[in-house]
Amino acid sequence: MDFTYTETQDMLRDTLARFLADTYDFETRKKMIDSAEGRDPGIWRALANDLGILSAPFSEAQGGLGGGALENMIMMEELGKVIAIEPYLQTVVIGGGALKAAGGALADAVIPEIIAGNAIIAFAYAEPQGRYDLANLRTTAKKDGAGYVLNGHKGVVYAAPWATHLLVTARTGGNQRDRDGVELFLVDAKSAGITRRDYPTVDGSRASEIYFENVALPAEALLPGGIDLVEKVVDEAAVAVCGEACGVTRKLHEGTLDYSKQRQQFGQPIGRFQVLQHRMADMFLEVEQIMSMTLMATLKLDLPAAERKAMVSLAKAKVSRSAKFVGQNAIQTHGGIGITQELAIGHYFKRATMIESQFGSADWHLDRYEQLTLPGAA
Amino acid sequence: MNLEFSPEEIAFREEVRTFIAENYPKELRGKQDEGGDLTKEDFLSWHKVLAKKGWVAPAWPVEYGGTGWTATQRYIWSEETARADCIRLMPFGLTMVGPVIYTFGTPEQKARFLPRILSGEDWWCQGYSEPGSGSDLASLRTKAVRDGDHYVVNGQKTWTTMAQHADWGFFLVRTDPDAKQQQGISFLLVDMKTPGIEVRPIITLGGEHEVNEVWLEDVRVPVENRVYEENKGWTCAKFLLAHERTGIAGVAASKRGVERIKSIAMSELDGDRPLLANPFFRRKVAELEMDLTALEYTELRTLAGEAAGKGPGPESSLLKIKGSEIQQRITELTLEAAGHYGAPYFRGFGEGDNEHPIGPEYANRAAPIYFNTRKTTIYGGSNEIQRNIIAKMVLGL
Repeated sequence: MDFTYTETQDMLRDTLARFLADTYDFETRKKMIDSAEGRDPGIWRALANDLGILSAPFSEAQGGLGGGALENMIMMEELGKVIAIEPYLQTVVIGGGALKAAGGALADAVIPEIIAGNAIIAFAYAEPQGRYDLANLRTTAKKDGAGYVLNGHKGVVYAAPWATHLLVTARTGGNQRDRDGVELFLVDAKSAGITRRDYPTVDGSRASEIYFENVALPAEALLPGGIDLVEKVVDEAAVAVCGEACGVTRKLHEGTLDYSKQRQQFGQPIGRFQVLQHRMADMFLEVEQIMSMTLMATLKLDLPAAERKAMVSLAKAKVSRSAKFVGQNAIQTHGGIGITQELAIGHYFKRATMIESQFGSADWHLDRYEQLTLPGAA
Repeated sequence: MNLEFSPEEIAFREEVRTFIAENYPKELRGKQDEGGDLTKEDFLSWHKVLAKKGWVAPAWPVEYGGTGWTATQRYIWSEETARADCIRLMPFGLTMVGPVIYTFGTPEQKARFLPRILSGEDWWCQGYSEPGSGSDLASLRTKAVRDGDHYVVNGQKTWTTMAQHADWGFFLVRTDPDAKQQQGISFLLVDMKTPGIEVRPIITLGGEHEVNEVWLEDVRVPVENRVYEENKGWTCAKFLLAHERTGIAGVAASKRGVERIKSIAMSELDGDRPLLANPFFRRKVAELEMDLTALEYTELRTLAGEAAGKGPGPESSLLKIKGSEIQQRITELTLEAAGHYGAPYFRGFGEGDNEHPIGPEYANRAAPIYFNTRKTTIYGGSNEIQRNIIAKMVLGL
């Protein structure tokens, strides 16, 4: 049993944390969000080129530092601490993860572009009718000669306005909710037949509705692996989001603690009131459990699918619930000022709220866990 | 003991339903349900319809323009207006300063202000909270110094809802700096156009401009605009806070909210069934209805007590606590139902609303409304303060 990070992992964290401390204060973040593009592309270039850390979870053969899920968790936690809007989750964890798992010529071509900061990947998997069911797809990729023709509508695709590539789930066969026939494609975002409607998201990012109309895909666009690959990639994404929650909720708790020491009411700091002390103690318990569950799930990502899914679901369900508890109580303890745009705390709360349901709500994950592990169901 | 409405009450309910169906402004229909921005004109158009009918201030005594309705009739009124999704009128004139003026004001003040509250000519705001005085309201520092026939007011108020539209504000100010906290406070009516007043917007998490900071610099307020005695303003404030709490349960509006969740969850798909058939979601809706029913019958018992001559006592804190928590759970569940489409954000500042919704219409504002509704457990005396009141005043601890 060992829960210590390696020296390299500590260095990765320190490097990123120092960089973000210099570049990602709350006001700067706000300016990025309010800008036309909704981000500062210089940050991404610096992560790739100056820090060279977009390579962290890739193997040395792929030009990476030889890390994996733990490195992703470290990155996500630090990005969460500043509620960064960088497309690391979409590009490196999801896009990079899918390419790593699928291998082949496409992976060899695109992974170096990710590492160099040239490729940004958005994950177009959700559909308006599908909620969190990854196989509930109307988007189709019909065989056409050697390649495919893509048609459909994907909803709320985070980072799509910035993307060079779209990672798209689509059906090559089967009915709307069949597992068989679901495939994953990497699509050039500039392909003819793609239209986007871009918009900001409540947690400060940008996303799009994407419409594919007879988009011609070459045969190589398919990343072999079917629904099993999609589920693996989404489990890795869910755990990465748990990692982000570690950073986000840690900051929510710290911010609340600080505020309770400064804010005076009835002639004393409000942190002296026992009811608030107990609340902040409870928040602390939840933050620690978020950390525990995230580490647990991160270390179990390589288990066989059934076991991996069960443990990822427990982790994500717990993190969803805890993130809600920590976020809501952070706002309540701040009072009115917590609901203003002015203070950072509200923006952490918004991100924590979106994390709750990203890649499956607590209910969805508990349901999946029950179906996989508990006897007695019909 | 009897839970049924009498034949007269049923007839009254029919009258109310017919009136709403025939008179609620068409352009406002559905607007509140969709969570759209309500303008001053929206509020006023419904206000004026009610003023003309004489129903704008159901709880006021008849001599000042009230309806003379019984508590049950008022309950029916709030049920029916919520059922029809009628805009909830701003409380600052009608349920806050109005009752203070007819209870504590001079005959001149009553004659001057009450008719204009009823007609909607004056839009009121509330100058209570200060940056350093939230839950601890009595520590307020905005001061008013007597200068001949005027008070000269200096200080800063915050969380002043809809002050950007206000013609008048009622302010708590310190008139005796040496007295013990509650004892040196006076209740002033301030013309918001007086030189020295500056209203600055506070933008809240969903992007709304509802609340403001109000800065007061050498603002001259005629002494005749003081309600009740100098340094006795806390009496008015306490009276008003108790009034604010009885309305705050929001049972009728929450019932409407639960119905809306059900209809959303019937249209939102979860695999091959509606979301409302999902056992987890379904259970949460049932639990919400359970708690809302408990709140409703608690409020009815309180109303019955009021009808029997018992004023709203510290028990009304119960209504505030449970009512606000239920309001929050409704927004939570609506956001949950929205799924992925809770994430799109429509309202950048100055950009105006997008023309078309992204995803289903109800999802559009689900997240901003959820964020914004965190306020209900904070305002009107935070729920922590309400629990203190129950512990002290009800339980004697």
